[in-house]
Amino acid sequence: MSKINEITNQLMWNRLLSVVEEQGQTLVRTAFSPIVRECGDISAGIFDLKGRMMAQAVTGTPGHVNSMAESVKHFMRFFSIQHMNEGDIYITNDPWMGTGHLNDFVLTTPCFKNNKIVGLFSCTSHLTDIGGIGTGPDATDVHMEGIYIPMLKLADKGKMNKTLLSMIRQNTRQPVETEGDVYSLAACNDVGCLRLNDMMKEFEISDLNQLSNFIYTKSVNAVKKEIKKIPNGVYKNSMKVDGFEKPVTLNATLIVKEDKIFMDYNGTSQKSLYGINVPLSYTRAYTGFGLSCLISPEVPNNAGSLSPYDINAPEGTILNAKYPASVCARHIIGQMLPDVVFGCLEKAIPDLVPAEGASCLWNLTFRGQQKDNKSIFAITAVTNGGTGARPSKDGLSATAYPSGVKGTPVEINEAVAPLLFLKKEFKTGSGGKGKFRGGDGQIIEIKSSLGKDMEILAAYDRIKFPPRGRKGGENGKPGLIKIKNGRKLNGKGTQPIKGDEILVVETPGGGGYGLFKKRSKDLLNQDKENELI
Amino acid sequence: MRLAIDIGGTFTDLVLEKNKTLYTKKVLTSVEKPEIAVLEGVLELLHENNVEPSQIDMIIHGTTLATNAVIERKGAHSCFITTSGFRDVLDIGYESRFDQYDLLLEKTLSIVPRKYRYVVEERTDVDGKILKPLNIKNLDPIFNKISKEKFESIGIGFLHSYANPKNEIVLRELLSKKFPDIKISISSEVCPEIREYERFTTTVINSYIKPLISRYLDNLKKSLVNKGFNCSFLLMTSGGSLTNVENATDHPIRLVESGPAGGVILATSIAKELDLKQVISFDMGGTTAKITLIENKSPNKAREFEVDRKSRFKKGSGLPIRIPVIEMVEIGAGGGSIARVNKLDQITIGPDSAGADPGPACYGLGGQEPTITDADLIIGKINPDNFASGKIKLFRKKSELAIREKISKPLKLNLEMSALGITEMVDETMANAARVHAVEQGQDTENKTLIAFGGAAPLHVSRIAEKLKVRKIIIPTNASVGSAVGFLLAPVGYEVIKSMRFFLRDFKPKIVNDLLSKMNSEAEKVINIKNTSKNFNLERFVYMRYFGQGHEIKVKIDNRNFNLKDTNYLKKNFEIEYKKLYGRILPHAEIEVLTWAVSLINKIKKEKKIKPIKSKIYKGKSQITKIINVKKSKFINTKTYTRKDLLPGNIIKGACVLVEDQTTIIVSDNFQTKVLSNNYLEIEMIKGK
Repeated sequence: MSKINEITNQLMWNRLLSVVEEQGQTLVRTAFSPIVRECGDISAGIFDLKGRMMAQAVTGTPGHVNSMAESVKHFMRFFSIQHMNEGDIYITNDPWMGTGHLNDFVLTTPCFKNNKIVGLFSCTSHLTDIGGIGTGPDATDVHMEGIYIPMLKLADKGKMNKTLLSMIRQNTRQPVETEGDVYSLAACNDVGCLRLNDMMKEFEISDLNQLSNFIYTKSVNAVKKEIKKIPNGVYKNSMKVDGFEKPVTLNATLIVKEDKIFMDYNGTSQKSLYGINVPLSYTRAYTGFGLSCLISPEVPNNAGSLSPYDINAPEGTILNAKYPASVCARHIIGQMLPDVVFGCLEKAIPDLVPAEGASCLWNLTFRGQQKDNKSIFAITAVTNGGTGARPSKDGLSATAYPSGVKGTPVEINEAVAPLLFLKKEFKTGSGGKGKFRGGDGQIIEIKSSLGKDMEILAAYDRIKFPPRGRKGGENGKPGLIKIKNGRKLNGKGTQPIKGDEILVVETPGGGGYGLFKKRSKDLLNQDKENELI
Repeated sequence: MRLAIDIGGTFTDLVLEKNKTLYTKKVLTSVEKPEIAVLEGVLELLHENNVEPSQIDMIIHGTTLATNAVIERKGAHSCFITTSGFRDVLDIGYESRFDQYDLLLEKTLSIVPRKYRYVVEERTDVDGKILKPLNIKNLDPIFNKISKEKFESIGIGFLHSYANPKNEIVLRELLSKKFPDIKISISSEVCPEIREYERFTTTVINSYIKPLISRYLDNLKKSLVNKGFNCSFLLMTSGGSLTNVENATDHPIRLVESGPAGGVILATSIAKELDLKQVISFDMGGTTAKITLIENKSPNKAREFEVDRKSRFKKGSGLPIRIPVIEMVEIGAGGGSIARVNKLDQITIGPDSAGADPGPACYGLGGQEPTITDADLIIGKINPDNFASGKIKLFRKKSELAIREKISKPLKLNLEMSALGITEMVDETMANAARVHAVEQGQDTENKTLIAFGGAAPLHVSRIAEKLKVRKIIIPTNASVGSAVGFLLAPVGYEVIKSMRFFLRDFKPKIVNDLLSKMNSEAEKVINIKNTSKNFNLERFVYMRYFGQGHEIKVKIDNRNFNLKDTNYLKKNFEIEYKKLYGRILPHAEIEVLTWAVSLINKIKKEKKIKPIKSKIYKGKSQITKIINVKKSKFINTKTYTRKDLLPGNIIKGACVLVEDQTTIIVSDNFQTKVLSNNYLEIEMIKGK
């Protein structure tokens, strides 16, 4: 490859990243679901004709991104490339072929240039309501969790599938918003395709083969170069989390062999009765994310950068649950996996690995009667605990990791639902002590602003088993959910709250790093002055 | 006669308007006491042009001082008082990370640390009902801390105070009685909008820079008066209009990014003069580049801005402030930005800059890192013997060394290709930023005109135009001090914004009419500036969206009293605007009203449309510069002219170099250059290219 070609390829790669960024922005701007528009729970990307992901928008959450990378191959299996037409759009929310639960609709659009297919755009976002039992872990099979859309054409040569759209409208508590979100997904792929055509015209190329190979090779080599720096070996880790009906053990064996990494979850607990099970694609997504953060954070995410990682879990375990397992709250366990990865690699690259964090989102999902006594309100307010302390820094307080979504403002929560927040502050001292402190969790107090009964759809973890410290750092404080001056509530499942009761939620603090006695005087004084300990 | 002063991080730009002609000067900023350099520079500029201070009618001032005070944390010792239970809103922020993969990420924490954040018992609900009046009995501990700590400034922010400011006002009165010398900012005045994190952060930053800005403005005003200036003194705001010293002192937050705003005003005025409907304003200086979209001759305005962005100017890495601003994207790509090779063997640019000290490697002041300027020199765009009219000597050898070491070696490229790689990458970065920014506004970049100014823009603009498929570029006269020129063109104005949320079907005309007329009077009170005519334009806007969406759109509405029938009027105006942006309206969705805006701006003189002019090919003498052609990847002989020699009507076809005192204009072979009757350069893509 000539040198100037090398630079042109780099330029096209950069351009492709901005094409998918545009694709993602369009999705956020036109979306209805609050978790999409406020919190950014989306992903968007472009794929070559072999189904390899070439680029992905940097907005979006890892669970979506890396599982969507696989889903396009399923679309290609159902609708083969040679039968795809301009104006077609394909859709599914199959948890095992999409991104892990029914709430995520995945749309794939073939992109044409001069009547020739050149690539595929795919996107996904989290829809607030798709019928069924609601967005919590209570279901015991996937069909209770809402409408289930197989691989279908949403549009055929430009004509929208009206039958499918009315089916969707009828099977949600929020027909207008849900349909609006489907249109928004379709629009974002269209924008991506337009921009790709512009780019190909400007750089005078007629297909993406050569560019795709370039991106693949560059990325795979960059990741392999980093893996080679890790000593060969077999590294194990085990982590216990609360689970639903009983605790769940997450066992992992990570093998580093030259420029490849093999990760296997042999010995992990069997699947749960309830909706905290994880499809394999989602397991791979968060495991791959943990590995990327530690090993190759600078390499853009694509098929090449993910390929040196070979990730597996035995069938029937909670990390490879098959149909008809319920999977709605698969994020609880899925978001623990980067911590499992870190525990393995601590032994290989001891100076880079942070302590465990709260890790799963602590979403406050409420349901109850509106002021008018007729309609129902439903709200999911995103909140978080603390992240684990790093080898050279404290953890981050009240911050999402590994998820990439944003929290919801108190004033917005009170504007969209009849809730009154009495407190939302750092839970001081909840971050584990150490040379570096774990990030603090939060203490949140909420009641109904109408004095009416309501329900909380709890989906929390790290209440029984707190985030662990590393290198002598202490554990973070576990999470807690209770009625003020009253009973404790369960970490998972739908539970009533009376009109005069105040709900108290304490999110977990992150684990500490290193021995507390080694904490510098300056940092200790700062903690004291700021009344953090 | 008028005078414009733009204080930047490195240079202070001065422009004197005398008999409709502009005279300019650039001096180094005196960072510690900026008024010193201003005064020296101004007096020199006046002296050079035989003008006495007393002859000046108006001084217009914009500055990055407010921004820099925040970035460098040089503001006042200040505290923040908030609702009990919510002490950490300022640090909890969005609960997210601006970089997904960076395990060592640092968040930008609040300017006021936890130890200086105090809570009081009070609560207002979402409808503005006071659930708990301010408990004035338990305030002594806070008063004691304030006396002990000797704060210079206090910010107050309570939950839902945008809906009812009463509790904030009560506390302010108590505090100002007890501490008459301490400056106080309350969130319901600084930023009366829903979303506590943004409102509180805006209030804190306002209170943080208040003592500093008021001291500085006071000093500057006094020294000007001492030197015999006796004229009105106006300040540029981030929203693109002018305001008086009193108002700027109360709300210094509105001065953030006031310098770049001036540049956008210049571009807007050019758009009017030349009748350009779709414009991208492109301002590239030593440290950053700023890109703004100007649609139908008015710049896109926004209500939020981020100050102090961390690494790579990443979105979400700074502190959000909610004030009326001209929407712009700022990226770390200026003449001094440093080029590197990353782990992927890719060339990356900035965001850090070599600044003026040590500066680019070619300055020979000890800079070892290759910068954009060094690359421009190697590929032939900059003539080392004639930089800044030959006043600054450049060392080609130093550029070569830096690029060879830092770029050529790791990439195994030759020197020229390395340099070309750097300039291609920076041009691509800027083009990408413009493209993504356009999409965020629901637009694309094609068929727009680029208006380029700032010291480094003319060197890069023609390549960026090619990348964006822009067919026309305008480079105004005095391009290198564009922002200060813009100050002279700015209108005097003020914008009031208030949140009032309801479903359109619940529209209550009386409440809305009352709110709007209150907002009118507030704006009128602020605008009470002498020396300006009574010709003010009052405009009203409302922000609406479909219930369930997160992004509202701005809809212009009539300036009149509304009645119940106007529910339909509002609906219709919303739908027209929505359809324009997103293609189709949603028949089943409910419309929600969120925020009201009233803006009062004086009518400025209509720009004179320029006269058409007969054109003829320029046949003056030229020299030859060797510049690398991107497509051919080799040096091509390029004709080089002195800008001053060109007269209105002159045309140059194809590639050329035009040398000016403070910058150089590079035109690639896809374009032809024409001098307009007002001496602007119009660079147009040759048909068929």
